[in-house]
Amino acid sequence: MSGIKNWLAGTLQDPRRAPIFAGALVALTSLFQVLAPFNSLAFLLVIVSMLVVGKAATSKWVKLGLAVLVTLVVIPVAGRQNGALTYLCVQMFINIALALGLNLVVGFAGLLDLGYIAFFAGGAYVYSMFGSRQALEFMPESLQHLFPLGGWWFWAAIPIAIFVAAFLGLTLGLPVLRLRGDYLAIVTLGFGEIIAVLAKNLDHPINLTNGAGGIVGITPPSLFGYKLDTTLSFYFIGIVLAILTALAMYRLERSRTGRAWAAMREDEVAARAMGINLTKYKLMAFMAGAAFAGAMGMLFAVKQNFVSPDSFSFLESIGILAMVILGGLGSLEGAVVGAVAVTVLKLLILKDLADFLSMTVKLPPAFNIPQYQPLIFGLILIVMMIYRQQGLLPGRRPTEDIAQLETRTPKKNTTGKSVGA
Amino acid sequence: MSESLQILPQVLIDGLVVGALYAVVALGYTMVYGVLEFINFAHSEIFMFGAFIGAEVFLLFKPMTGVPHFVPLIIGLILSMVMAGALGWTVERIAYRPLRGAPRLVPLISAIGVSFFLQDIVRMVWTAIRGNWQLGTQDLYATGISFAGAQIQVRSVMIMGIAIVLMLSLSIFVNRSRTGKAMRAVAQDRATAALMGIDVNRIISITFLLGGALGGAAGALYTMQYTVVNPYIGFVMGIKAFTAAVFGGIGNITGAAVGGLCLGLFEALGSAYLGPLTGGVLIGSEYKDIIAFSLLILVLIFKPSGLLGETVGEKV
Repeated sequence: MSGIKNWLAGTLQDPRRAPIFAGALVALTSLFQVLAPFNSLAFLLVIVSMLVVGKAATSKWVKLGLAVLVTLVVIPVAGRQNGALTYLCVQMFINIALALGLNLVVGFAGLLDLGYIAFFAGGAYVYSMFGSRQALEFMPESLQHLFPLGGWWFWAAIPIAIFVAAFLGLTLGLPVLRLRGDYLAIVTLGFGEIIAVLAKNLDHPINLTNGAGGIVGITPPSLFGYKLDTTLSFYFIGIVLAILTALAMYRLERSRTGRAWAAMREDEVAARAMGINLTKYKLMAFMAGAAFAGAMGMLFAVKQNFVSPDSFSFLESIGILAMVILGGLGSLEGAVVGAVAVTVLKLLILKDLADFLSMTVKLPPAFNIPQYQPLIFGLILIVMMIYRQQGLLPGRRPTEDIAQLETRTPKKNTTGKSVGA
Repeated sequence: MSESLQILPQVLIDGLVVGALYAVVALGYTMVYGVLEFINFAHSEIFMFGAFIGAEVFLLFKPMTGVPHFVPLIIGLILSMVMAGALGWTVERIAYRPLRGAPRLVPLISAIGVSFFLQDIVRMVWTAIRGNWQLGTQDLYATGISFAGAQIQVRSVMIMGIAIVLMLSLSIFVNRSRTGKAMRAVAQDRATAALMGIDVNRIISITFLLGGALGGAAGALYTMQYTVVNPYIGFVMGIKAFTAAVFGGIGNITGAAVGGLCLGLFEALGSAYLGPLTGGVLIGSEYKDIIAFSLLILVLIFKPSGLLGETVGEKV
């Protein structure tokens, strides 16, 4: 066993063997996936091979090429036969972006947000209300001929959803500015519940949300006259949004703002003493985190073709938190891996396991495994907190080496006349 | 308007009964917060577990029509207190103690995990043994008496009476007994208390035991009041009881009692009069939960120390 482990580690670190090994692995698993599109194991192997590629010592172009091959060729080809696979991947991209967004708030800025799903709901509802016949319920008669909005409005609605979600983030951020960690968590939870109660009850006096019944028939996006209403098109929109989110996160973490958040997270008092405006950066964290969730909410709405308050419960917020905690707070790779792992667990492994068990041992209906997601999320949180607080893939925090900073200073002074003489 | 005034006594009594339940649950939050500065998120599930134990005991006595109602009541109360106390103690041992000294959010996240875990375990167990996770039980003391134009059920009076007895005994225990004194010492300064020879871990365990027992008692009383329990009753009750604890001043036992009663009254008044006041636009009962959440947010913004709490400076 250790022999295999050593060989694997050696291969992955050897710059000559690594790309060949990674490429062969991806090719093999991809072939398996394409030949057996309904095989869950094949999909798991593809995911594992992508993880191995991520760890291999090759140039980022090789990694990128392999990732493009899998996401743009293998999955769509396999998904042509097995629609559930594409559907799973759309949900996976949504969850990746949500986990990244929550990771910004909790991991970068250290503000535990237990109502994160509220912003997602905000984005979903904003588009659904105007992009369906629901708009006829509350818009004045003179404007009704404009609704439901056409599919190209989807693109225009993305910035609007982002704005609305960010505004919701602001309304949450303002009252909680003075609160410390645990109190803040409870208030964000209350905020999330308020949004859910509003979604459930705003069907009267004016029918904005259609209450618990939810909104159906949401206009799918269209591009240059083409209706993008297939799961595959949502898949591509999902990839683009998830990649944009990941890029934005990568830049944010290394920005001045990101460093201010890190300082705030580590020690609020010290950060304030260093001149960091806590009010500004806390609000920015809430608003930025919310904005990403708002955009993904729209994709969720068109993917489901249906929104209802049930999709935005406290459990969903905890599910995203479990992804972030599992991967590692403050770690971008961690958030992605956590999101992939939890989504696959939720939508694939639990179902397969239940099917398998129902065929073999005939469990009583009380032990219907897919029903027990809360239990699994709960266990993830407890076990991770007790045994591995830093998560599976702890982030390498961008560090500024003080010794390096010192060697850098004299360089500046080479043009100057003298140093403190 | 005269019509709305007529229902006022009824509204006040309903509010006080619910408020008494909030108060007893709030005690569990406030005690743990006082000692550990930690929000025991799983307390709501311990309450829910107590409610299930109470429901099972009441159900057990349902066929025995000859038995007076105080027998299942007392047995249910004691059993749910013992079992819920034991659960509270166990949870602390497994999920919180290893995390002592970790950053604040770590035990909180663990507690959220415990909360979901317990919720689902209860659902699983009762689905397995009863075939349904919703459990209806028998009416205890359902007879009504008329008083000042209000219809009061005997059980409402009993619930309030039991809640007051529980709160008074806790108060006496904390203020008069030796263990209570040790608890207050640990709450004030854990390190110094340890230096004075107090076994801090033992005191923390006792706090969770007592808090859990109170939660369990509140659960049994809840079952008595509403007669139907399910695994999800803990969540809303937990938030409201926590609001009550914060409203009264967290860490303060009298504060929890006052906060609970106030919140119960606010809610009852809100659900009864929000509709008439807004001309029927908003239906009070639908926005009842928002009253509690908004109160929580407002208190935390304007007076985080609560009604009876003292302001504590941030430790650097």
